[in-house]
This record gives sequence, structure tokens and C-alpha cells, in this order.
Amino acid sequence: MTSDLDIFVGNTTLIDEEVYQLWLDGHSVAEAVARRLRGGVLERAGTSVAVLQSDTRDHYRTFQMLERLLHAPPRLLQQLLFQIPPSRQAMLVQRYYAFEESFARELLGKKLSKGTKKDLDEISARTGVSIKSCRRQFDNFKRVFKAVEELRGPLADNIQQLFLLPPPLARDYAAVVFFANSRFETGKRRLQFLTFGDFAACAQHMMLHWTQGALAPEAAEPDGDVPKSFLQDLKELKVLVADKDLLDLHKSLVCTALRGKISVYNEMEANFKPLSRALVNVGGKLTHARDVRDFFVDLVEKVIEPCRSDKWSPADLRLFLGHYTAAPRALPAFRHQALWERYMAVITACLLRMYHD
Amino acid sequence: MPGKLKVKIVAGRHLPVMDRASDLTDAFVEVKFGNTTFKTDVYPKSLNPQWNSEWFKFEVDDEELQDEPLQITVLDHDTYSANDAIGKVYIDIDPLLYSEAATVISGWFPIYDTIHGIRGEINVVVKVDLFNDLNRFRQSSCGVKFFCTTSIPKCYRAVIIHGFVEELVVNEDPEYQWIDRIRTPRASNEARQRLISLMSGELQRKIGLKVLEMRGNAVVGYLQCFDLEGESGLVVRAIGTACTLDKLSNTSAFLPACNSPSKEMKEIPFNEDPNPNTHSSGPSTPLKNQTYSFSPSKSYSRQSSSSDTDLSLTPKTAPSPQGPRIFLFPSSPTLSCDSPHLKKSCLLLSGSSLNPLHSSHVSPVVLRKSVSFTEELLLAASGMGSGSAGKEGGPFKTLLRQQTQSALEQREFPFFTLTTFPPGFLVHVGGVVSARSVKLLDRIHNPDEPETRDAWWAEIRQEIKSHAKALGCHAVVGYSESTSICEEVCILSASGTAAVLNPRFLQDGTMEGCLEQRLSWQPGFFSIGSEKGEVDFFPQSQDSSSLLGIEEASPPGCGFCHIPYDELNMPFPAHLTYCYNCRKQKVPDVLFTTIDLPVEAIVIGKGCLIQARLCRLKKKAQAEANATSISNLLPFMEYEVHTQLMNKLKLRGMNALFGLRIQITVGENMLMGLASATGVYLAALPTPGGIQIAGKTPNDGTYEQHISHMQKKINDTIAKNKELYEINPPELPEEIIGSPIPEPRQRSRLLRSQSESSDEVTELDLSHGKKDAFVLEIDDTDAMEDVHSLLTDVPPPSGFYSCNTEIMPGINNWTPEIQMFTAVRVSRLSNINLTNQTLNKNFNDLCENLLKSLYFKLRSMVPCCLCHVNFTVALPEDELVQIAVTAVAITFDKNQALQANKAPTEKSQQRASTDNEDQLQFPLELCSDPLASQPFPPAKEVLEGASSHTGIPAAQRAASLDKASPLAEGYLRHRSVPSCTNSTVSVVKMTPLSFLPGAKITKYLGIINMFFIRETTSLREEGGVSGFLHAFIAEVFAMVRAHVAALGGNAVVSYIMKQCVFMENPNKNQAQCLINVSGDAVIFVRESELEMLPVQPSTVVSQPTSSGGDVTT
Repeated sequence: MTSDLDIFVGNTTLIDEEVYQLWLDGHSVAEAVARRLRGGVLERAGTSVAVLQSDTRDHYRTFQMLERLLHAPPRLLQQLLFQIPPSRQAMLVQRYYAFEESFARELLGKKLSKGTKKDLDEISARTGVSIKSCRRQFDNFKRVFKAVEELRGPLADNIQQLFLLPPPLARDYAAVVFFANSRFETGKRRLQFLTFGDFAACAQHMMLHWTQGALAPEAAEPDGDVPKSFLQDLKELKVLVADKDLLDLHKSLVCTALRGKISVYNEMEANFKPLSRALVNVGGKLTHARDVRDFFVDLVEKVIEPCRSDKWSPADLRLFLGHYTAAPRALPAFRHQALWERYMAVITACLLRMYHD
Repeated sequence: MPGKLKVKIVAGRHLPVMDRASDLTDAFVEVKFGNTTFKTDVYPKSLNPQWNSEWFKFEVDDEELQDEPLQITVLDHDTYSANDAIGKVYIDIDPLLYSEAATVISGWFPIYDTIHGIRGEINVVVKVDLFNDLNRFRQSSCGVKFFCTTSIPKCYRAVIIHGFVEELVVNEDPEYQWIDRIRTPRASNEARQRLISLMSGELQRKIGLKVLEMRGNAVVGYLQCFDLEGESGLVVRAIGTACTLDKLSNTSAFLPACNSPSKEMKEIPFNEDPNPNTHSSGPSTPLKNQTYSFSPSKSYSRQSSSSDTDLSLTPKTAPSPQGPRIFLFPSSPTLSCDSPHLKKSCLLLSGSSLNPLHSSHVSPVVLRKSVSFTEELLLAASGMGSGSAGKEGGPFKTLLRQQTQSALEQREFPFFTLTTFPPGFLVHVGGVVSARSVKLLDRIHNPDEPETRDAWWAEIRQEIKSHAKALGCHAVVGYSESTSICEEVCILSASGTAAVLNPRFLQDGTMEGCLEQRLSWQPGFFSIGSEKGEVDFFPQSQDSSSLLGIEEASPPGCGFCHIPYDELNMPFPAHLTYCYNCRKQKVPDVLFTTIDLPVEAIVIGKGCLIQARLCRLKKKAQAEANATSISNLLPFMEYEVHTQLMNKLKLRGMNALFGLRIQITVGENMLMGLASATGVYLAALPTPGGIQIAGKTPNDGTYEQHISHMQKKINDTIAKNKELYEINPPELPEEIIGSPIPEPRQRSRLLRSQSESSDEVTELDLSHGKKDAFVLEIDDTDAMEDVHSLLTDVPPPSGFYSCNTEIMPGINNWTPEIQMFTAVRVSRLSNINLTNQTLNKNFNDLCENLLKSLYFKLRSMVPCCLCHVNFTVALPEDELVQIAVTAVAITFDKNQALQANKAPTEKSQQRASTDNEDQLQFPLELCSDPLASQPFPPAKEVLEGASSHTGIPAAQRAASLDKASPLAEGYLRHRSVPSCTNSTVSVVKMTPLSFLPGAKITKYLGIINMFFIRETTSLREEGGVSGFLHAFIAEVFAMVRAHVAALGGNAVVSYIMKQCVFMENPNKNQAQCLINVSGDAVIFVRESELEMLPVQPSTVVSQPTSSGGDVTT
């Protein structure tokens, strides 16, 4: 006697968080049953494998029906088909949009296109995240990207509103969208030590200080782009390294302030000019799309690696950057004070975040 | 032209994309009622159109209002080709037709398409302006309230319970009309949905007319069913119990529940009791029904089988006074014997004021209380009447019997679809009566004169009635009817519980009786009241009654168990003992009933779900041969089902079954029987004996060993079960109980009969002949299997209990969490060469596994109880068995439960007094204040007008009508603020029970009766049969919830899925399913909220993270 049809429908939709996670992780029904067996649910509830199979199938069917609604979370709140308490709805959305950082790290800066989707099995193999789960996460990124692409106002807020995500998750999505939009290079070997968290933090700083939304929420341009005018203006900062007098003055101001305060004073003094050049030029290059890609590569290659080889401590770097940013205030010939500080706020934050092993 | 229907189409949302090119839709709406159609403008290029239409007005007869559904069709405009239908919404406007229900229907409805399912939602507002029509000869019955609930609905009291109403209408099934060959599946499905909607409207109207004729104003326990007879047509039939209900005054709903009924009672001055129905009590009924004559049928055309009555009755039974003869005795002698009691009751007035609890009250209260004494006395009198203790009471007894009988004899069918009754209503319970009849379907030639079907049912009902009579009972309670159809064979079944009722509840023919009725019935409150003082009542009244030289009253805890029939002329061999509770009167050793456990019943331990499952193979045959073979099988099936039930009951150490429902399903090559009931241990009944196993070949040593091994297993199981269900009756010294009446044979309470193809009346004795009570004889492998199968029933895992009744005996501290669910399984039987045994085993496993999987699914709710577990079996195809289960899981507080169980005898009283829901249900009073039902009609109008503009959710609007106190209104204002600001969907609870734990139902908004068809031609793509049906059932739930929410309700009670017909054709990638559900839409308020009412605004809904994207109203 085999069961052809076997369903259970509750007036309040039953959701088993454990099975939901198995489903999200891309396990088939059979795999999920095997895992639940190993989890010992059978011993606790004293039932048979057949019951477990039927239960798992029921849940999987429910999730498949819910998936359509999860693509637009506000609809999940308005729909009449499934009666789900608000806390459970929030859980469903949050888990559905949660992603593996290792997977997201791989995808950062890549175009969210069909081509990339085809390469997902490679990423899946590398990260150990199942291909089904990879696809769901990729589709989530793409869906969020498409939804907010044309919207104005702060990216994270838009995402939070359209997808009802908790604020930290919405900020991570904003970072993903920002990277996908700006196409920063993150795959280079020398960048491998950086985690998704590092990049996300950097992206958040850039959005906070550099983008249009940061300045005027109702601005015309979408939040995902750094305004062209700002990037254009950054060229003006080159004067700090191009003008010999300014450079020397800047160096002496920083050195005076730091003397005796950092352990790597000598190395700093010796390297000040290349460091300063690197720090300023990173910004100067941002007008060209190709150079934008190299933003993180440049920071690592020209700032972080030299410092690391000179054994700067993070505290040293923090102190240095603080004084380095503040010093131009005392330079009477330097007129771009506001621009400089807006620029350096992000660079400082990024460098400090990225300065680890 | 007595009605104006007004409809406004506000907006749509989440519509499907109808134009692939633009990914958008140009939607407009057609609103159709009767033959009139209105259209909205096209709202171009949007999936969330805002039509905001004018009010479409339909001026119609109220007859039409009752019959027709409002039909709303959403279409996609297409300039060049025909407009595409997106989907439809059918709205039953019946709830708007009576004043106490909903005033407006307003909300988001899922747009439903029979092929695609739900496709977006539409916001609609519907109102009705009704003008009163005083035409005596009108065909409409607006204003008659319908309830699916099989008890007197909470927040109403029954003034009079009139009795049985039934009606059926037939039509051709559109699916089988010639036109179906050329139209699309969608058109055909919609024609069917619409037709059934029309037919049920018509049926409801006709039943309403009958109720009005009986001078009632409501139908309780309304059960409407469809028989899809295929080629021969479509039958919609309904039964119910006509009542005159009176709404409890609104303020009571907001009093703390524990004392509301009695308080309210006291507020009504004694003088204002005139019963508005006293005048109506005389008319028509007596004469009309006497003329009924029963012909032993078989006279219908093309009908091979006829029904024979009294199969199971021993003909030696003294013929109880029949038919007309009884009317020779006028009711006056009874009156003369009642009036002395009345006088005596006056003597008791002084005695009553001694009661400290009541003495402080003002005089009407004292007066009232004295009346309650009278009631006890009268109860005592009638109890004695049918009791068997006093031989000298004989003539007196018959007199009383005749009095009560005469009240009921006047009815054609003294049947009641109710399963729960006001205390005192049920005097004695005789046992289950059932009748089945096998019929061959033929085309219904004239749909306007459905005589054949009417006659079929009349015949069955007559049988039921005569069975009840044989049990010494004049009425049948917990009555229900069902059919099972396979091709052209149809089994009609009816069953109920034979009972003796207290005639004073029923509308009586005599005017003089009314005063006395009124006096005697008010005390019903007191015997169940929450105040401790009432408990003291019984001994007192008993004492006084014995002082007065009257036979002692049967205590309410056991009275219903006492036998109603004459012990010397028992209709079947039975084993009687003196009642273990009162020791005064005789009780049977087991009791089977179809009703719910009476609240006052004293139960030891907990109850449990007991099922008997059975399959019988049958040869495939055509027409008459088929009907004959089915008829021949039925008696054996009934016998076996009964034996199984009895054995399983014994195995659990219990002695009574409640809520018994035996379903026999016919398929092409087999019959299936499934009986479900809730077993309990009634303190009044004797302890059940064990089960003995006897072998046929006693000489074989190993065989002996095997037998004794089995015996041990059985004994162990009984011991284990007793522990599990906490059955530990107090030990009674033998001499008190008295020796049982001789002739110890197994008795059966199940009176049944079959239709036979032969005219010969066969007698079937359900008892096991001369064998000792529970000896199972193992004489062949079959019997062995039977014993094995007995032991395969696994008890539910710890923390779970299950029952198929409303309340689980032994659990009284429900917590508010409930989960209603429907589970469906279809299994394929592996091969055709099955034997009965393997078939039985398969069926048994199927049911057991289904239960197991339910327990597993709901494990997070432990400790909990599955209540109202309702199994339905269907045999859709040759080798397919379909089982559908609907039930509700309710959590309870374990700690309190344990405490309560320590004092089992206290418990039942405690339950009676703490269960507020039930309390409200019981107040039954013959006096009434007709104005009380509508205390604030003007306010209602104002609110209604205002609400349509303000966009306050309908729930609050409707709720506000109920709030009488300023407190409540303040509370409402608080409440409406948060819910206006967010657009989350309001929660609608669903339950098959008539109540919600921890909540008070404040208003009934009308009946929900919906019929849906869903079809697919892409079965695989929709996830196979499971995916298809899963989605469909979820959609049905969603549509029920949406309708309730639009009526302003927040729950459906007495929800039932009456039909779930599933057909598949995997080869063609097709499937079709029909579902029919019903229930009562209500507004409930949490008791905890009630208490906090003045202080705290509600915590309902509000979800801060919601986006608030859409515009409401």
C-alpha cells in the first residue's frame, strides 16, 4: 500500500525551522530525511522513517509554494494564502535572504549576469556551499540589485523597505549591490586575506561618505554610484604630492606630531613620501573605470603591504592616518580641506579595517 | 421589491500578468447579481488597479437575495480579441439578511479561478438595504438565522427547541449535460459552482420557511450535503434543528464570564417573563403529523432494494403504544400530577432562603431560586417515570411516559441534530440507532418534484424512529445523515442516539403547560452555575423530595445513563446493574451514543479516540446484482464494526462511547467501514470486564501456550491503558451494588437494520449468543488476525490525547493556542488479489500511520489534545483509498491537569462551572425579552454609514456594534489606531469545535457555506497530486478566512469539510477536486483581554516592520 497523495495543511502554516534550513541549504528530500534521522528526531518523537519522509515532503511543498512570495517579502505580509504569525514571517524572510559570507566574498565585484551564474558550480566547489543554495543566494543578490538599481535615497534603507530585512542584513546587501555596481576587483591573490566583512565595511564607509545619498537623500542619482563630480574633484588633491613644498610641509607636520608616539617612527619618516603619494593617487585615479577596479589592489599593494613589511602595528597606522589627515589644516596653501577630509575618512576607515593578516 | 443590494469595487492587488508584452494587465470588473450586470471602467496597465467604483445598486426580491450569490468577475480588457477572465469571487450575502449578523461585507477577497487557483485579490464593499415584507405568503425566509454549531450557540439562549427540519433540492449536474462536451473545463466548473451556490441558497430559504412555519427563528446544527449522483443528477440536502433563540443581552458578553449567565438571570424581573411563543405553541403541528403512515416501501420505480425495518429488534418486545392511540390520552392527567409539585415547591420557598449564598439577594432572586427547587422536583418526577426502581410506580410511569411521548409523537420526526444540550434536557439515553438503505440511482426526471429522494429519506427516518421507540425512547438526538455513492449504487445512512427528553423544553401543544414549563426551566441555570452554593443543592433537594414522598431525583451526573426501556421487556438482551453513582436505578454495562459527553456526566480519567476499521471485498457487479451484494454485506460489516468497537473499548478499560460515527463507504470492488468514537469511563456504569481468549483445540500444548501468551498480552494492555488514561474508579463493596440481573450475555446497544433485496424480514442478533461476555474464540487464522489487530493500535505518544468529541473528558485547562488542520492521504492498494485480511491490515495501517504522522507534525504543541478528529473515507477508484482528516489540536496546561485529576469526582463539577463557554450555551429560558436582541439599532446605522468612509477594518466596525458599555468603546478606539496604520492581514482562527478556548464568542455573523472546484491540466508542473491538493486546500482555507474577515469576524467555529472529492488522471496530466466546507463566522474576544479591558489597549496585530505598501479601502 503506497501513498500517492499525502498532505497536511494547517490553518496556521506549520513551519519547522530545522527543515527550512535544510531546504535552504539545498538538500533533496532524501538528504533532508537522512540528516534529520542523524539529528535524532526519531528517538525523541518515537516515530517511523515513513512519517519523517511524509513530514519532510510536506514542509518542502510548503516552502516551494512560499518561495514565490519570498521573492517579494511585502507580499508575504499581504498574501492571504498562508496564515503565518509575523514573527515567523520575519524568520522566513531573514533566513531566505541570509547568505554565506564565503560565497558572497567570491561574488563581490562580479557582474550579476547569466555568465556569472554559469560559473556558480565552480564557486560551489570552492566554498563547499551546495549549488542549489548558491543559486538561491545569487538570485537573491540579483533580485535585490534589480529592485534598487533605479531607486533614489540610501541603498540600505531602500533594501530594508523593499525586502523587510533586518538592518545589518540590509547593509550587507547594500554592500553587495555597491560592489556589483562599481565592479571593484576583489579576486586578486594579494586580496585573498580580506573577508567579506572587510569589503562590506569598506563599502558602507564609501556609501556613507562618498555617495550622493549620503549628502542629499533626495538627490537625483541612485545611491549605488559615487558621483562623478566628487571623483573629478579628487584630482585637485594631487597638489599635496605634486607640490614639493606642500609635501615637505605635510611631512614635517606629521613627523612632529608623531615623534615618540609610534614605534615605527623611523620607517614612517623614511616612507612618508611614497605612502602619501599612494594615498593621494588612489583617489586621483578613481575617475577612470578601469582604475576604479584597482582601488583595493592599490591600497593593499601600496599602503598595507609596505606597512606590514615594516611591522607597523594597527595602532601605529591609526595614529599616523589621524595626523596625516589632520595636518593639511595647518597648510595655508591647501584649499580643499572639506574634500580632503571627506576623502580621507573613507580611506582611513578602509585601511584600518583591512589592516590585518 | 423588498431589497436593495449595493456593491462597490474598490481596488485590486497582485493581479497576474495578462499581457506578456508589457508585463501588465488592463483589468476591469463585472458585478453580477441575478440577471443584472454592472461593469467598472478599465484600469489600464496595472497589477494593482484602483477602480474606486460608484455604488452598483441591484433592486431585487428578498427571495432572490437568499438564493443568488453575488458574482464578481475580474477580466483583462483586450481591444482585439475576447476579454480574458482572471478569476471570480462569489459572495454569499445571506449574513447581511438578518439583523443580528453582519451589516457590511468589506475586505480583500482572493480572486479565484478554477484552473489557476488564486490570482490576486480584490477589495469589495457590499451592503443590503432590506425592507420588511409582511406578506404572509412570501417565499423568502430572510431573518432566520443558521448555525452549523450542534449546540445552542453561545450568546444565545434557546426559548424553544422546535425540532427537526429537512429539505432537499435536486438538479441536473452541469458536468453531465450535453453542453459540457463543447465548453471549456473552466466554464463547466463555474457553471457547477454557481449552480450549487444557487441550490444551497434555495435550500436554505426553504428550510427557513419551514422554521418560520414552526414559529422558530433559527436553525441550529444545520448540516448541508451534496450528493454528486453523476448522470442522475445533483442533490443538495440539509437537516437541522429549528429553535427559537433569544440573544443574551450584550452587556453580559463583557461581564467576567464566570457569573454572567446567573447574574443576568437575576436582572430580569420575574414579571417580565411573558413567553412570546406561548401563542404560537398551539398551531398546526399536532394534527398535521399524526397522519403519517409508514408503508414498508419497495414501491419505488427502478429500485431493486427495499428497506426492512426492525431487523435487530426482538419481536417479543411489548409493543409500545403506537401512533394515534397515544392521543387518546390527553395531557391533562400529567398536568394534574405536576401541579401538586408546584404547590409543594411553594412550601420550599422558605427552605431556599436558608441558603446563605442566595439569602442576601433581593426578593425576585429568592423567588427564582425557589423555582429551581420546583425544577428539581419535576426532574425527580420524570426521572422516576422512566426509571425502573419502583414497581408500584408503574402506572404513574406510563402516564409520564405518555405525556412526554405525546409532545414528540406530534412531530413527524422527533429528531435533533444537536449533540450538546442544556442540562436537564436529556433525561435518559437509550443507545445508538442507525439505519442504512441501498438504492439504485436513476435520473431525476422532474427536478421540481424530488419525490423519490424525499421518499428514500422519509423511509430511513421512519426506521430510525421505530428503532428509538423499541428502545423505549421517543426522540433521537445527535442525529445525522450521510450517503456513499459509487456509480449508480447509493447507500443512504442515518444514525442518532435514542433518548428520552424532558418535554418541557419542547414546544408543547397545551397552553396550560406553558406556564408550568416556564417555571420549571429557569433553574437550569442554577444547577450548572459557577457558585459553589449550587453544588449543595442536590442533596438538599433530594432530601426534600424524599420527605415529600416522591421518588428521589436522578442526580444529573448519572441520570442520562439510566435505562429508558422496561427492564422486563428489554428490546435486546442486556446486562443491567444498579447505577454505580446513585445506586437507585438500573444502568446498562456499556453505553454507545452519537452525542457529545454531557457536561454534567461524571467521568473517571481521560477519554480517548477509538476507531474500528474494516474492509470487505465484493465482486464487481452491475445494477441490481451490485445492490444486492452490498445489502448482503452490510449486516456483517455492522456486526464486525460493533464487535471491534466493543473489544477496543474493553481493551482500554472503558465503558462508554460518545460521538460515535460509523461510515460505510462503497467502492467498485469493496466496502469500507470506519467507526470513530470517544471512549470514556462513566462513573455510573460498571467496570468493564476483561477480554478472555479461548482456543478451539485445547489439547495442543504449544497452542495452549500461545493462547496464554496472548491472554497475558491483552491483560497487560488493559492494565497499561488504565494507567495511561488514569482510570482508577473507587472500589465499591459488592453488596452495595447489588447483584446483576441474571442472563449475563453480551449486550449491544446498537440497533441497526439493513435493506435487503429479499422481502423476508431477517432477524439479526448482535449479541454473541450464549457466550460469556468477552470471550474471543480463536478458531482459525482470521480470528487470530483479529486479536492481533486489536493489539496493533498504538496509544498516542506521551503528551498527546485525542478524541472526536467537542471536549476531552479529564482535561479542563485549555490554553488558547489552537491549530486546525486537514490532512488527506490517498493510497493505492498494491494488488487486486487481496484478501479481506490483508485489506483490513492495510486499511488499519493507513489510519494508524496517518494518526502517527499527525502526532509527529504537532509535536511542538505538546501537551495537547486533538479534538473533534473527523475521518472521512472515500474510494475514488478501483484500488485507491482516500482518507481525509480534519481536527483541531489544542494545547493545555499540564500542571493544572495533574492537579485536577487527583480529585476526579470534583472534576466534572469543576469543569461544568469553570467552563464559561459552556455556561453561556446552556442558559435556557422560556421567558424572553424580544427587544433585548437588538438593543442599539440606531447606533448600528450610524456606524455603518460612518465606517464605509473611514475605512476602519470591518472587524472593528462589526465588533463595535456589540460593545454596549462606554468602557468597551474606549477600548475599541484604542484598538483601531494601530490596525489602521498597517496593512497586515488580520488573523482568522478556524476550529471544528463550537468554542475557542480562553475566548468568548460575542457575536455570530452568519453561516459560511462554500463550494469550490479546482482543476488542472498540468498536474506534474503543479507538483503532482500532492502539490495540487495541498495548494487547493490552502486556497480554500484562505478564501474562508477572507470571507470571515470581510464579515468582520476573527474566527470560524464548527468548521467542517463536508466533501473532498478528488479525481486524477495522471496519464492525461489532469486532476480535479471538489471541496465543500461550512462553519459559523464569529467574533471572539480573548478572556484575558476582557479582564484588562478598561486598562489596556489591545495587543492585537501590529507588525512594525511592515512596509505598508498598499492602499486599503
